[in-house]
Order: sequence, then C-alpha cells, then structure tokens
Amino acid sequence: MSGKVTTMRDAVAELVRDGDTVAIEGFTHLICFAAGHEIIRQRKRDLVLARLTPDLIYDQMVAAGVARKLIFSWLGNPGVGGLYAIRRRIEAAELGDEPPLEVEEYSHFGMVGRYTAGAANLPFYPLRSYFETDLPKANPLIRPVRSPYGDEIVYAVPPLKPDVAVVHAQRADAGGDAQVWGLLGCQKEAAFAADRVIVVVEELVDEAVVRADPNRTIIPGLIVDAVVVEPFGAHPSYVQGYYDRDNRFYRDWDPISRDPAALQAWLEEWVYGLAGREEYVARLGPERLAAIRPSGSAPSGPVDYGAYR
Amino acid sequence: MIAAAARELAGQHVCFVGVGLPNIAVNLAQRTVAPDLELVYEAGVFGARPARLPLSIGDPTIVTGSTAVVSMHELFAFYLQGGLIDVGFLGAAQIDRYGNINTTVIGEYARPRTRLPGSGGACEIAINARQIFVIMRQSKRSFVEAIDFRTSPGNLGGAERAERIRREQGWLGRGPSVVVTDLGIYHFDETGEMRLDALHPGATLEQVRASVGWVPRVAAELVTTPAPTAEELRLIRDELDPEGAYTA
Repeated sequence: MSGKVTTMRDAVAELVRDGDTVAIEGFTHLICFAAGHEIIRQRKRDLVLARLTPDLIYDQMVAAGVARKLIFSWLGNPGVGGLYAIRRRIEAAELGDEPPLEVEEYSHFGMVGRYTAGAANLPFYPLRSYFETDLPKANPLIRPVRSPYGDEIVYAVPPLKPDVAVVHAQRADAGGDAQVWGLLGCQKEAAFAADRVIVVVEELVDEAVVRADPNRTIIPGLIVDAVVVEPFGAHPSYVQGYYDRDNRFYRDWDPISRDPAALQAWLEEWVYGLAGREEYVARLGPERLAAIRPSGSAPSGPVDYGAYR
Repeated sequence: MIAAAARELAGQHVCFVGVGLPNIAVNLAQRTVAPDLELVYEAGVFGARPARLPLSIGDPTIVTGSTAVVSMHELFAFYLQGGLIDVGFLGAAQIDRYGNINTTVIGEYARPRTRLPGSGGACEIAINARQIFVIMRQSKRSFVEAIDFRTSPGNLGGAERAERIRREQGWLGRGPSVVVTDLGIYHFDETGEMRLDALHPGATLEQVRASVGWVPRVAAELVTTPAPTAEELRLIRDELDPEGAYTA
C-alpha cells in the first residue's frame, strides 16, 4: 500500500501554496487541527481561510499570521465565547490604524450552498434565506434572483471552489477512498468543489474494508491528492467512535485567546516547538488521552449487502 | 428562565436547537414536558437523544442513538427549508420590540465595536421554521429600540408588514412567538409587538421596565411564572449542567 500516502509535512508543502483558498472543513466533528498546525509551521502566507465555523483552528492560524481573509458563517467558540485573535483583527478599538482582516460572511446554509454549487459546477446556489436581513448589505455577493418559472424571488450565493480542501476521516485506503460516520458537515461538498484534496485519517485500511461498506464512503480516491495517517489529528475536535471532543481544551482556550502574549506562547509550545502531530500527542500525555476516550461502545448492527454474481 | 423556556415547548413536535441557552432548555423539555420532542441539530442530526448535555451543538452524544444523521445540505434544504421544523429556538445579543434579532455586530458592520458570532443557521431558521422561540437575558443593552444589525428577521416593523412580506415571498415561518428572559415571558400581540405575559417569581415590573429600551407592553392579567419544580432543578443541576457551563 503506497498510493497517495504521504506525511503531513509533504502534503502541506506540496499542495498548499501562499495565497490559496483553503477549507479545513468539519462541523465540530473531524476538524483537522494537525493540518492547520502544519500550515502554521510552514509559515504559509496570505491564505483565504474558508469554514462555516472558523473554530479554534482558524483563531490559531489567524494569530500565527497565515491568513489575509476569512470566509465564514458563525464565528465563535461554541458554548464558551469568542475567538479573540480573530476579533482583534476585526474590532475597531483593537485595530487602531491596522488594516482589518478581510471577512466575507454568509449563513450556514449559504456556505453549504456555496460548496454545493462549487462541487456541481453551477454559477450560483438559490436559497430562501436573507430576506429582510442586513446580510446582503454586509456582503454584496448575496444577491436576489427571480425564478425563471414565475415571479418568486430567492437569494443566490456564488460557488466556492477552494484551492485546497482538508478532510479528516475515520479511515481511508491508500488510494484515498475515505469513509466517515457521525456528523458529516459539508466535507463532501467542500472536497468535490476543491482543486486539491488532502485526506487525513485515524486509520489506513485495506481497500477491501472500504468495499465491504460502500455506503459509508464520502469521497472517492478519484478526487484525492494525498492521504495522511495522523492518529488524534483532529484533537481538540473529535472523531466519532475514536475520541471525544476535548471540551476542557475549548474552555481553556478562552483566556489564551484573549491574551496575545499567551497565545503566541501557546503557538510556540504546541505548534512551532513540535515537529508534528506525533510529538503533539506525546505532549498531551496518556492521562489526557484517556480522558477523551468514549465512555463505552455503541456499534452499529451489521448490514448485509448481498452477493450478486 | 430555562425551566420556563422548556415548558413553552409542551405540545411541540419538531424543534431546531440553537447553540447556548436553547440547547439546555430543549434538553430539559425532552426530559419533562415534551418527551416525544424530536430534536434537530443543524450539525445534521434528526431525532437526537443526547445522553449528556452537549457543550457544543456538534457533540458526539447527539449522534449516538439518533434517528438520522444527514449532511448539512440535507438538513438545511430538506428538513428546514422543506418546512418540517415546528419551532426554531434561538438566542440573541440584541432584540427589538418586534422580535428582530442581531447576533452579528455591535456598532457599524465595517468597524464594529464588538464582533458577535454572526448568523450561523439563525437567519434561515427565522425564515423557515414555523415559529420562533427566543431565550436570552434582558438588559438595556440587549432589549433595544433599534438593533445595530438585522441578522434574523422577526415581525419586521409590525405584524401587518411582516404578514404581507411572508405571504408575498412564500416564507413558511410565522415569525417569533415567545421570548423567555431571566425576568419573564413575552408573547407577541396582534400588532406584532412583544407583550410581557408573565413575571418570574421574585422579578418585578420595575426591573422589567429598567431593562427594556422601549416602553414594554404588559398584559392586563399579568401572571407569575410557576417556580421551577424540584425535579426541574434536579435535572438542570445534577444531570444536564453539573459543571455550571450554562447556569453558573
């Protein structure tokens, strides 16, 4: 098994270029922090970062100076508070004379629609959102469109075609056929919309494992450029059935994010100071990893696809 | 506030759950007044049966044991925009008398004083869910005469215009119906304006008037919200939020 399997360092070095639009997707689930950290370590610059929820990973990436623009729909630390490195680049009092971080803002459905249009090679995606709101004023790319079959007006959002999409998955084979269970977010749409795709997995499996359960495949190797095996690569996000969301980390991030010096020290300790995810996991230590193990097992019942010769 | 919001869900069938306070209120409702409530999470879950209170609305506990896990596209397009959601439950940073909501910025959009999270799914929930419940703490900063940014439409400038626009543009939603705060419970009258119908135990009309940025309408027969029961308090304190993440 060699195929597209590579290291995170090589995948990011070869596939992420300065100025790229990068989508590290995953809605709460399967957010690939390992890829974000490698992008920081390689000091990529002027990236346009797209995600529905920038989450801690884009707060860290913005703090590290890799981004010039953010495309998003919900900017916060869920259940905890704000993403302060990003807010410092947007809020008037913090900015002073500095130019703000560029932002392009939608709703969740708008972002999902953008990836969907990008994946399906359509010029726009229509949706019944944005009526009587200030969002189309804030973002003139959100535009009303009249139905060709009547007088109805809906709103349209433009396709989003990232240069690079990073998809974290439970497992894939060496060719990049990736399988996911649990929350699916819009990784499939983002991956099909993207020019280059990096799949990062907890486990590399034989192609036969994928073929035994084809309904679980979210993206085929056909559109995948690199496969990186990176256990715990989504921490402090989670991987259904493998490890829990590290809510303690999300809570602890709040004071770090509020304090620029503490944040830079955190990046030094946990990103720049480490060679990669393996060292990060070692640094987390066995106790922390034990704390995020699922409390029990909940296997799906097997299904029988039947043989048809 | 959480118990009062949960009770408002009695008789409802399909509820779209928002981040923060709505999350705990809805989980309490499922354990008390609305055991058959179908919880829908924008992360892509229908029929969630969370075994613990999720801090985020994308927690693994909403997946295990749920009826269906779907892509976010399917969730927003088929379940929400397709008209299957009875109640959308939202939080807010600012709200006006007509239930229009701001969760985007305080100050000017281009150079905000405070950058808030933004819409997430709220703007489409406000338009497509059959009715909207709001849960939030009230103060002169949150209950304002004019919101700084309209993220999610409520009754716009009043019921007449709101109803006309909903009809003309084919919205499925009828807009906001309940606002539950730390002081009381509001419903919307025939003009589309919020009206205080109940005060929580210990709260006073003076407190309400001092924490609303307009002169609030008050029901002729103002009632007192029944105090939280021992069981509701036990569920909130011991089962749903033992670490005080929502209630501390």
